[in-house]
Amino acid sequence: MTSLAYTRTRRSVGEQAIKYALLAAAAVSVLTTVLIVLSLLRETVSFFGDVPIGAFLFGTKWTPLLGGDQQSFGVIPLLTGTLYLTAIGLLVAVPLGLLAAIYLSEYASPRVRKVVKPVLELLAGVPTIVFGYFALTYFTPTILKGFFGIEVNQFNALSAGIILGLLVLPTIASVAEDALSAVPASLREGAYGLGASKLQVSLRVVFPAALSGVVAALILGASRAVGETVIILVAGGQVARLGLDPTVGYQSMAAFIAATARGDIPTGSIKYETIFVVGMALFVITLTLNALSIRLVNRYRQVYE
Amino acid sequence: MTGAQMASRARARTSVLPRPSTGSRVADLAFRAVMYLSIAVGFAGLGAILFDVARDGLPRLSWEFITNFPSRIIPERSGIQSALVGTLYLMAICAVLVVPLGVATAVYLEEYADRRRWWNRMIEVNIQNLAAVPSVVYGILGLAFIVRGPLSMGRVLLAGGITLSLLVLPVVIIVAREAIRAVPPSIREGSLALGATKWQTIWKQVLPGAIAGIATGVILALSRAIGETAPLLIIGAAVSPRFNPGSLFDSFTALPIQIFGWTTDADREFVSAAAGAILVLMAILVVMNSIAIFLRNRYEQKW
Amino acid sequence: MTSKTYKPVLAAFAAALALGAAACGSNDEGSASGSTGGGKLSGKIAIDGSSTVAPFTQAAAELFNEENPDVQITVGTSGTGGGFEKFCAGETDISDASRPIKDDEEVPVCKKAGVKYGQVQVANDGIAVVTNKALTVDCLTTDQLKQVWNKGSKVKSLADVDPKLPDTPLSLYGPGTDSGTFDFFTGEINGEEGVTREDYEPSEDDNQLVTGVEGDDGGLGYFGFSYYEGAQDQLNLVGVDSGDGCVKPSTATIQDGSYKPLARPLFMYPSAKAMARPEVKAFMEFVIANQQDIAEAAKIVPLTEAQAGEAKTELQNAEQGS
Repeated sequence: MTSLAYTRTRRSVGEQAIKYALLAAAAVSVLTTVLIVLSLLRETVSFFGDVPIGAFLFGTKWTPLLGGDQQSFGVIPLLTGTLYLTAIGLLVAVPLGLLAAIYLSEYASPRVRKVVKPVLELLAGVPTIVFGYFALTYFTPTILKGFFGIEVNQFNALSAGIILGLLVLPTIASVAEDALSAVPASLREGAYGLGASKLQVSLRVVFPAALSGVVAALILGASRAVGETVIILVAGGQVARLGLDPTVGYQSMAAFIAATARGDIPTGSIKYETIFVVGMALFVITLTLNALSIRLVNRYRQVYE
Repeated sequence: MTGAQMASRARARTSVLPRPSTGSRVADLAFRAVMYLSIAVGFAGLGAILFDVARDGLPRLSWEFITNFPSRIIPERSGIQSALVGTLYLMAICAVLVVPLGVATAVYLEEYADRRRWWNRMIEVNIQNLAAVPSVVYGILGLAFIVRGPLSMGRVLLAGGITLSLLVLPVVIIVAREAIRAVPPSIREGSLALGATKWQTIWKQVLPGAIAGIATGVILALSRAIGETAPLLIIGAAVSPRFNPGSLFDSFTALPIQIFGWTTDADREFVSAAAGAILVLMAILVVMNSIAIFLRNRYEQKW
Repeated sequence: MTSKTYKPVLAAFAAALALGAAACGSNDEGSASGSTGGGKLSGKIAIDGSSTVAPFTQAAAELFNEENPDVQITVGTSGTGGGFEKFCAGETDISDASRPIKDDEEVPVCKKAGVKYGQVQVANDGIAVVTNKALTVDCLTTDQLKQVWNKGSKVKSLADVDPKLPDTPLSLYGPGTDSGTFDFFTGEINGEEGVTREDYEPSEDDNQLVTGVEGDDGGLGYFGFSYYEGAQDQLNLVGVDSGDGCVKPSTATIQDGSYKPLARPLFMYPSAKAMARPEVKAFMEFVIANQQDIAEAAKIVPLTEAQAGEAKTELQNAEQGS
């Protein structure tokens, strides 16, 4: 009787080779992360050789484009600028998005939902330059200044922030709607059975049940807003400033990176390094948001599944 | 009997359950009003964008617009040929790079990877994280490693293509994995039982079963790639070149970059050109999305 | 699912890509590198540098391409300083500059790298001081400009400089430190190159400056005159008084030098190595011969007759390299 031990046939060697080839392909994704971290890290370390880390983290003046002793590398204005613009954007996108999601999931007829859902996904895929174009050429001059008569600068946070909100609105609505629809019907029916109104069912039963998914949608929207470049670059201006005046422009981290890298700066100069330092900060922030979202989703995931 | 039936029967007995009070009816109406209003505002805002672009850009669309090159001296003669060609080339490069890598990674993770091993879990988490990284960071990666640094190929078409491929690769992997996962185990088991090897099973049974989902995902990923502006700005795509890239190592531009250049140009005569280019870009995206939806509906496997 | 159903999908996909590639191929202008003698020039010319000179160079490239469509010319806008860095590193063939190459910083770098070049003046330019249309001011003295723009300036509105002027809070726009315009303006107005107040909106992109001044009621900025000409209807041009009365920039005042001190020459620096290539030589000769038309198309101030003659000589020197 032949042994049943595993013998290396030509077939199985081929199979092993294929497995390793596929593993190599999968390794490309790991390589990408490694390269991202490496590229950011190397220049960041080099940067902190020239600029003390305290001056960077706690400095309130960001003027890398000026010369001599007027050059300053305090990152705080970029951070506050990013947060401010994101906040304005979320202020628009979260209420509108959640209400739209509730409507689609709880109030809309199946026919409406069938039409609107794909439209939402299409809108979520509109390139951001389109939003930037709208903000600069129409929203600021015609709507903000013309229709509402607000005295805004050409580049201002109000315009950039609101349009940023419109950008992430479809994403938040779509993902939140997915979360709300996933709540099993039995929960709704039980609540109706106890005499609850539609409003109460939507807000007191379905919404809390889908909380993990809804929060994930919000964090996804926030992450997208933080990383958004072009709208801010086109309509938000190029001054990194502190403050909360919505009628003037602010620069976000991502917009700074894009604006600076366009100037084609020589490798190794300190201006070149600023691209990477700010990129590193942005990378860390979005990664943290992502990790937070995953953890929240797991923690609040209700046991209905 | 469902809860709803119980409720209606209970309500028929009237006296036991309280009727919805006027207070809660008002609240319900108020909520509906707020909800419909906000939806109207949201859609109005998004609609206004498309409306404005269409109004500015439609007059500009013509065969000359598509075949002309950008012009500095006669803005009315500016066209998108170099941008359109660049975008199509970038899409092709992305497809060539992203399909084999993405599908191979997905196959590995779904079919071969032992989830108990730490490196396989790390690959999974890594892909999730990469999907959340903003596109600027990919641009920085391209600048540091592909345009300069070890590869040093300069601000060329291939650099842009590779950067965009890395950007959308996580998306393709995730979508491909779901498509492969949807193929029921019985298909695999049947094939193996008939004596096929693991790879034969994958190649002849699993992948054909997942192809519709994979194709849909690839098309959606590509449509994301060609809409990106920031990474190409950082890579150093040319603004308004008057020629098409002749090889993978030529300078290039793409529709989003051209739109960006025209939008921010101080000469206001370029605004309509920007809008026209936006319409062309949107048309391409709509076509791609329609193909994806068509593929999904037509070829989707109902197991 | 058998292979029968997915093959059409793959085939359709591949066909679409192939069609796209073929269509693109037929649109290609066929850029062969290297040049052919006898009429049809081809090749690539890499130009980078000042964003003030760039519209001129771009217009020149377009007009040149009408007769020589196979020469691919790329014009970058890294700024005068950035342009020289790449030029002295051998990465570009011609450098656009809105100021002469610096003797102390840049000439040694080129010398060390063995890059020989010629300095050819191709046009004239003035730095225009502009304000938003709502901010009506007709003239500012150089002293007043210095008060506004100097380092440590606390001027918040024009009324601080002259009580008769409007007191709208200022929104300042100007080039960043890589710009030749920046060097020139700060040198002439503030007395020292690189010295400036900090709280203005710096941008290497002149388009951004125009858009900014245009949109802010208190907008005040400075940039190349050609950028003003392109947006005349939206901006208010301010005259400059350097002691001899108020002068507004125009072709005439820039050419005869009465727009003081902000009139300046614009240069192109071709490298001797590049000039050895027929397409580069032809391009530069085209530029000098047609500089009037090019300047008009680009809305830049052309050379005077005397300057044009000098440019021709300078170009001949460039071939030998200096």
